Amino acid sequence: MKKILSNPFVLTVIAIILGFVVASIILLLAGYPPVESIRTLVESMLGRPKDISSVIIRSTPIIFTGLGVAFAIKTGLFNIGAEGQYVMGCVVATMVGSMLDFPKPVAVIMVLASAMLVSALYAGFVGFLKAKLGIHEVITSIMLNWIALYFSNWVCGLDFFHKHGTIGMYPVNPCTYTMVLPAWKRSEEGQAFLAENPILKETLGRTDVNIGFLAAVIAAILITYLLNSTRKGFELRAVGQNIHAARFAGINVNRSIVHAMMISGALCGLGAGFYITGQSPHTVATLSAFENVGFNGLSVAFIAFSSPIGCIFAGLLFGGLLYGGAGLQSKIGAPTEIINIVIGVIVFFCALSYLIPRFAERMEAARISKQRRKKMQDQPDVHP
Amino acid sequence: MRKCTRRALTVLGLCLLLLLPACRFVRPGELTGGSAGAGGAGGSGSSMDLNVENVDGTGWKIAMITDTGGINDQSFNQSAWEGLQELQAETGAEVAYIESKQSGDFNTNFETLVDNGNTLMWGIGFACADAVLEAAEANPEVNFACVDNAFADSPMNVTGVVFRAQESSFMVGYIAAAVSETQKVGFVGGIRSEVIEQFEYGYEAGVAYANRVLDKNVRVSSQYAESFSDAAKGKSIANKMFTDGCDIVYHSAGGTGTGVIEAAKEAGKFAIGVDRDQAYLAPDNVLTSSLKNVNVAVKAVGKRHIAGQDIGGQTLSFGLTDDAVGIPEHHENYSDEIYEAAIEIGEQIKRGTIIPPSTKAELDAYTAGLK
Repeated sequence: MKKILSNPFVLTVIAIILGFVVASIILLLAGYPPVESIRTLVESMLGRPKDISSVIIRSTPIIFTGLGVAFAIKTGLFNIGAEGQYVMGCVVATMVGSMLDFPKPVAVIMVLASAMLVSALYAGFVGFLKAKLGIHEVITSIMLNWIALYFSNWVCGLDFFHKHGTIGMYPVNPCTYTMVLPAWKRSEEGQAFLAENPILKETLGRTDVNIGFLAAVIAAILITYLLNSTRKGFELRAVGQNIHAARFAGINVNRSIVHAMMISGALCGLGAGFYITGQSPHTVATLSAFENVGFNGLSVAFIAFSSPIGCIFAGLLFGGLLYGGAGLQSKIGAPTEIINIVIGVIVFFCALSYLIPRFAERMEAARISKQRRKKMQDQPDVHP
Repeated sequence: MRKCTRRALTVLGLCLLLLLPACRFVRPGELTGGSAGAGGAGGSGSSMDLNVENVDGTGWKIAMITDTGGINDQSFNQSAWEGLQELQAETGAEVAYIESKQSGDFNTNFETLVDNGNTLMWGIGFACADAVLEAAEANPEVNFACVDNAFADSPMNVTGVVFRAQESSFMVGYIAAAVSETQKVGFVGGIRSEVIEQFEYGYEAGVAYANRVLDKNVRVSSQYAESFSDAAKGKSIANKMFTDGCDIVYHSAGGTGTGVIEAAKEAGKFAIGVDRDQAYLAPDNVLTSSLKNVNVAVKAVGKRHIAGQDIGGQTLSFGLTDDAVGIPEHHENYSDEIYEAAIEIGEQIKRGTIIPPSTKAELDAYTAGLK
């Protein structure tokens, strides 16, 4: 029992179930049929091939930011600046992508690399401030989030980038697209082929199927490898677990902090790059508020208990809820806020879940002491 | 052990209780009663110039996607949804909306609506324009419409809907010039585009017209904030204008404009609201508002669609004659005479004796014609 309850995977599943239970209660109180609502939600997420494809596309950037945050947590840093790093990645990817006109692989790599680089530097700055001046990364990165938002809006307004008649920038050039066969599927030949394959027509034809998800899976595997099987990863984790012990062991702690932040930021930037190159509208619009891709990444990392591989599944769940929520709204009429409640409750119970193993421990202890007491009662001569 | 369980359950129960007040639900149907009146404040409420009256929309499905402002944005998304709800009440058509959290959601949301069997889908705001075109190309069998966007080459299943905002802007321009004591009025725009320029040039023409008929010499200073959401910037621009001697500032800048109204409140001067009657933001400092009743257009186009009219492939323009733009009736901050005169100007615009300009070139031609 105790062993099962200490398993993070089991805990997450319990949290998710509780999330849906609470959502059902709230739906019921608000006058919507709970069972039908949840069924509609699941149906909108997974009902058709198109939905599954959309969920994967929707979750790709969140998986990347989740990976970034999870990596930072493993190295003892709380990267709440994922949002700002993601915004910087988006705006830089759009700037570079709208100017480039190179053969495909070169252009794609340049856009992704520039987004990664800028986001890495942006996060690295936070690490630098922490390492050199001891300023806590949460404070600096929250402030940098806002700077990123206003920087993005400022760039959107620049004559050189601002697309006239819109509130955004010029979209990136087609040579930087990371979708699967974007030109072919619009061509007559492609249309004819898709007409004969209904599943492909639904997925490839109607959604922006792109290579981002594949890249996210590879990134998760690489990050797991880096953390668990390399010297660098060992150093980073050592700093995360006990900074004093790590320093005593001769690890350059300051350098580790900066590197960890840079890798975390690079992951967010890569997610931004794939979002811009892989999904319409392929551009950045003037933002009045954060789009929450980075903040959702925090929840994803949290639900995944900071496991990089777990982030893939947590990200898919998140993307699914966000995408399916739209269906819930248009079919049942329940507001999308219900989705935020589900997500909130899941995160909440994940946070509470560290209590469950303790609770199980207590139960175990109670059982043992009871047995002992019983034993004592069986031996009357012990009593005076 | 039992104690432990009980404690855990208590904690859980408390948590659930804490969550309850956080959920504030607005059911689609409930919005209508409260705000339909406010939405139609500009006109007589009915828009019967549309040739299409009692249509039966049973079995029809019409839906909209919001832009990133959300459904309760106190502006065009909300107004459009009110229009759809009125359409549902009057014709029995089934209506729905999907909120877009980010611009990447526009296309996915349209696809969801197509799957749900809608035959007319609205994109609200010109930010959705590209998504509308893309969705229309991918789904040629259903119709799409976009508020605030005139497509250069509208596909056969796409309707652009624009408002002749220059008409109501002309009226508030006249009012501003008539009320102004310092002979200087201001205009604050959001991000420069054809849509916002209609407001600017209509307003300037209204001021020029007032100068001519009232024998005044009121000048207009215009500035763009390059943002629809930066209230602080709107406030600083308006403050500058007030200290430079303007006593009335008109804004067409969305969220930026709330800063303009705030500045007017603090300076004790006047602001002119936009899109809906913004007097509630500062009753003593909002002179009037230039109304843009998106709901009227959404409802009218929906009715035409249900009646089987061909609405695609064109841009429909809504103005004073459709009660889609105008000014609010209440005018406690300026005199009855000026209000009557403004309404008379509105009548002339409806008759076509005054044609407010919407571009720089038209404005120049118009002011040249006045002299």
